[in-house]
Amino acid sequence: MTTKKHIISLLSEIADPEIPVITIVELGVVRDIEIITNSSIHLKITPTYSGCPAMKQIEDDVKKKLMENGFTDINIETIYSPAWTTDWITPEAKEKLKAYGIAPPEHTSEDKSWLTGKPKTVQCPQCKSSNTKLISQFGSTACKALYQCQDCLEPFDYFKCI
Amino acid sequence: MDLKTALFNYTLRLGDTNLILGQRLSEWTGHGPFLEEDLALTNIALDITGAAKSFLEYAASVENKGRTEDDLAYFRNDRQFFNVQLTELPNGDYARTIVRQVFMDCFDFYFYQELSKSKDETLAGIAQKSIKEVTYHLRHSSSWVERFGDGTNESHIKAQNALNELWQFTDELFEMNEVDEVLIKEGIAVDLSIVKTKWDQYITELLNKSTLSKPENVFMQTGSRKGVHTEHLGYILAEMQALPRMYPNAKW
Repeated sequence: MTTKKHIISLLSEIADPEIPVITIVELGVVRDIEIITNSSIHLKITPTYSGCPAMKQIEDDVKKKLMENGFTDINIETIYSPAWTTDWITPEAKEKLKAYGIAPPEHTSEDKSWLTGKPKTVQCPQCKSSNTKLISQFGSTACKALYQCQDCLEPFDYFKCI
Repeated sequence: MDLKTALFNYTLRLGDTNLILGQRLSEWTGHGPFLEEDLALTNIALDITGAAKSFLEYAASVENKGRTEDDLAYFRNDRQFFNVQLTELPNGDYARTIVRQVFMDCFDFYFYQELSKSKDETLAGIAQKSIKEVTYHLRHSSSWVERFGDGTNESHIKAQNALNELWQFTDELFEMNEVDEVLIKEGIAVDLSIVKTKWDQYITELLNKSTLSKPENVFMQTGSRKGVHTEHLGYILAEMQALPRMYPNAKW
């Protein structure tokens, strides 16, 4: 019988379609795995953002990966509760984001400074300066905000806390 | 009215309101006043359309007649849509788009807070998801209302004109009918009078801060709960539905 651990290792080979340096497991979108038989499996995934266009791609990638590994009956269910949060991104994945040039979420979603609009410090992933400025709450994808470093002047994406 | 019919209608109303607003906002894509705003509105449109998909998917499963969310979006006529009229109105200038958006964001912000406590797990889940996104939307639209109102003479006039024109469509947000009645009893739907109090307070404070005046004694439009709309809905549906109606099995 296939183990959950084995399935997780298979799914860990699937990169996020928009941020290819992290896997869908590290991102925290895989919520539950139920192995029914050696060929039948039920998965629960949750979207990062409601309209995230990558969800369909992720579903297709998961199906392809599982089919290549002998599963013929694959049922993927999208769940909304509990809602995805940036807290589910693993610490290793946050380091990978930084190395890729995307500033990882700075605080946990429990931190409400972003709600009150109080500015917070986001470190530039290029030169590590903390002298950075928010350009726009909305960036190149739904999950990111746009910042600019005031020291090296490089604009960069910030993975915002939700 | 039985529970299933009420739940289908309620979910459809939420889906339609998000779908039409998302479609309207997406008209700004590539036409925003500057790049960051273009991206912002496109992102917001995407979140809202995403919420529409979740609600319509659920409506289709509640109805259980083999229709999908796409069937509901593309193969109904205007009289079968239950979105609030505010969402179907043309974008107008940027001040008008932003004033409409702050009305909707503020409504959604308080509405989803209540809906996240619903006894219906799916509705509560979608609300918990959406509230995180709407918080960003509300901050965005509020900051623009403040900038327009307290900005130049021209921006102030445009924001005030938008307020005066759109205010008549705000009452509809809080209308309740038999659908709400049936579902409130079951702890599923939101009592919109709670949302109205909070909405009023937030908008009044925001307008004061923005040196804008709240329109008084306005005749209030109504109709969408019965499927009655302004002339604008037909046109937006024609554009949105043309392709799937011409090629019903199109895939891309």
